[in-house]
Amino acid sequence: MSRYLERAEHTARVLSVHLNLMLEHDLGSTGRRWLRVLACLGSAEQAEADAFGAAQTYALNQIVTCIAAARENSRQVREQISSEVWEEINRLFHESKRVGTPEFFGRQPYELLATVMQGSYLIHGITDATMTHGQGWQFIQAGRFIERVQQAARLVDSHFTEFFRTGGEPWSASEHIEWIGLLRSCSAFEAYCKVYTAELRPERVAEFLLLNAEFPHSVRFGVDCLRRSLEAVHQSTATRRSDGLGKLAGRLTALLSYTPLEEIRGNLHEFSGNIRRLCGQIHAGIYQVYITYPIEAALHA
Amino acid sequence: MSTPGFDTLQRHTSRFQNYRLGGAYDEMFEAESVPRPHYRALHELLLELPLEEMRRRKQAADISFLHQGITFTVYGREEGTERIIPHDLLPRIITSAEWETIERGLRQRITALNLFLSDIYSAGRCMAEGIVPREIVYSCKHFRRQMREFSVPKNIYITVVGTDLIRMPDGRFVVLEDNLRVPSGVSYMLTSRQVMKRIFPELFRRADVRPIDHYSETLLATLRALAPEGRPEPNIVLLTPGVYNSAYFEHAFLARQMGIELVEGRDLAVNDNVVYMRTTAGLRRVDVIYRRVDDDYIDPLAFRPDSSLGVAGLFNAYRSGNVTLANALGTGVADDKALYAYVPKIIRYFLGEEPVLDNVTTFLCSDPKERAHVLGHLDEYVVKAVGESGGYGMLIGPFSTAVEREEFRRRVQADPRNYIAQPTIQLSRAPCFMDGSVEPRHVDLRPYVLYGDKITIVPGGLTRVALRQGSLVVNSSQGGGCKDTWVLH
Repeated sequence: MSRYLERAEHTARVLSVHLNLMLEHDLGSTGRRWLRVLACLGSAEQAEADAFGAAQTYALNQIVTCIAAARENSRQVREQISSEVWEEINRLFHESKRVGTPEFFGRQPYELLATVMQGSYLIHGITDATMTHGQGWQFIQAGRFIERVQQAARLVDSHFTEFFRTGGEPWSASEHIEWIGLLRSCSAFEAYCKVYTAELRPERVAEFLLLNAEFPHSVRFGVDCLRRSLEAVHQSTATRRSDGLGKLAGRLTALLSYTPLEEIRGNLHEFSGNIRRLCGQIHAGIYQVYITYPIEAALHA
Repeated sequence: MSTPGFDTLQRHTSRFQNYRLGGAYDEMFEAESVPRPHYRALHELLLELPLEEMRRRKQAADISFLHQGITFTVYGREEGTERIIPHDLLPRIITSAEWETIERGLRQRITALNLFLSDIYSAGRCMAEGIVPREIVYSCKHFRRQMREFSVPKNIYITVVGTDLIRMPDGRFVVLEDNLRVPSGVSYMLTSRQVMKRIFPELFRRADVRPIDHYSETLLATLRALAPEGRPEPNIVLLTPGVYNSAYFEHAFLARQMGIELVEGRDLAVNDNVVYMRTTAGLRRVDVIYRRVDDDYIDPLAFRPDSSLGVAGLFNAYRSGNVTLANALGTGVADDKALYAYVPKIIRYFLGEEPVLDNVTTFLCSDPKERAHVLGHLDEYVVKAVGESGGYGMLIGPFSTAVEREEFRRRVQADPRNYIAQPTIQLSRAPCFMDGSVEPRHVDLRPYVLYGDKITIVPGGLTRVALRQGSLVVNSSQGGGCKDTWVLH
């Protein structure tokens, strides 16, 4: 549920940032931009002809599908979540169906994007305010941060592959805007300015988005939260089967704590890949340990 | 000359222009434009409220239902279109004197039916003494021979009952159907009350309505009372067929209201005749199952082998006394529509009392004389298949075509035991808000009875409405809706 919601929110934000950036640019570079957006949203599509249209359609489908899936999942655990959370998810679902038809979206894309982002913030807030911060809530946290870490890692990777260059001339205005775009895609522009001022430098952007311990959309922050949630669930269920999960989360933390920045920058692509792979393993591990374990195995344990 | 302020006090008498009294009992009016005393406040309000205000309130109620997810999926059209449960804005009001009779009648009926079930699955006295023919009991498809000689906890078979009552033209309430298996709809009773309190606070305050909010707590206490011996802190769960079941909303709603786990068959396992549920922390023993899965599907080893909704081995765990199922299995035999005809006799036999609530006259097609009579007057009777529910398998004579009647004649002759007939009854009518005007529609009443260590009936129930003009079918699967039911102090 929370993973889907986070993905819908992320997709909406990335799309809204790039729709905005597109207005600042000459039309020549748009095809390439949307191909990149498609890739970092996880599409394998190679729509050379109309990358803009393809990215729009893909993002729209992704958002609507994710919201529907989040709602379907919360229906499954309806008695575990509070009525306030359910009602807001349900409301968001109906609203996004209304403003998420291709016709409506074609005319006013921001309606859907704003609805989804706000709805997602609201649901996080309601979850925190109305649910016991016990096991169920920890699972919600874990899901949200697995998704957020993966998305941030992918976004940074794809952006650096495209725009990073050492030395040479100072950035052109349009390059500058792209770096702001990256930060905005993680709601990080204002937070970055508070820490480093508005002077944008790639290594600082990378450091901020990957390693900042206090910014909620950074990889480091997400990994810390993820580890804490897994730890809390482990404590409350006291099952030895979850030891492996703790190790995975520990490796992820170690990766972020002990890899020198130089090394990360030298090999950002691989670094990002490792983070995403570990997240994927944790996701699968959660299902194996807590949810879909064979009931017979537990009987004889 | 008009007096100042006349406009603000304008009475919307035109609102009742489509309200014609007919042969049926009218819940609101005792005569043309003369409301019954307990409906006066509502009548006044309907005359005062501007149309815009009525529409606004209706819309607010709709949105509340939608956001709470009180919806069902309409198949066939645009795939997966969700609709809110059709509901009517105006409450159906019942006086305390009327309710007193209903409550007394239901207690009597449920007590007798429970004794009957206990008897047919053990000594079978009532069959030996010819009160109820053996062939009616044993030929019922809901009779479970597996339940023979097994005494269920506290001897309670029917823990949750939703009896359908209708009101005759003379104002008497009579029983139309006993729903003793897995009756549903109680969540609509509870949620529509919540919505009504928000929509008509002023009316609600003035009317002095008896509360129903303790239903879930009472249900929990009832289930707890049935826990196996020696389990002081029983683990109670609600077993649902899953999210695709049309009553899933209700299952989740009740589980949440009671604070118990909602489980599916695949979450449970039986080992050594003990039932366990899967949790994130491993397995946990289960003591009481409020099951919303039909007998047929509950255990593939004991009943239908192709069921994937149930739990293998559950029935043996049940018979071993390690887990309680509510309702018990095999209760459907007592709400078979052919057996229904014998309920007055059952009440007299087991309790030595006259029934407080009458039955509707019922002809059994298995009886050659009654069958001949029914087949001769198909256009007057309602013919029902005994094992069906939800308004399916039914012929309403006066509204049927010749082709439909021929079809039913063939079916009845082919399998007479499977059919009964009842006169077409004009169900009572209650006022409904039909966009703009108030019009009468036919209604029934389903109160919910809980039977654990004692019988509890929350004052109220689900009033089902046939929203189509003139229609007598109140089932939600056939264009029916619901309205809130107020029992007064």
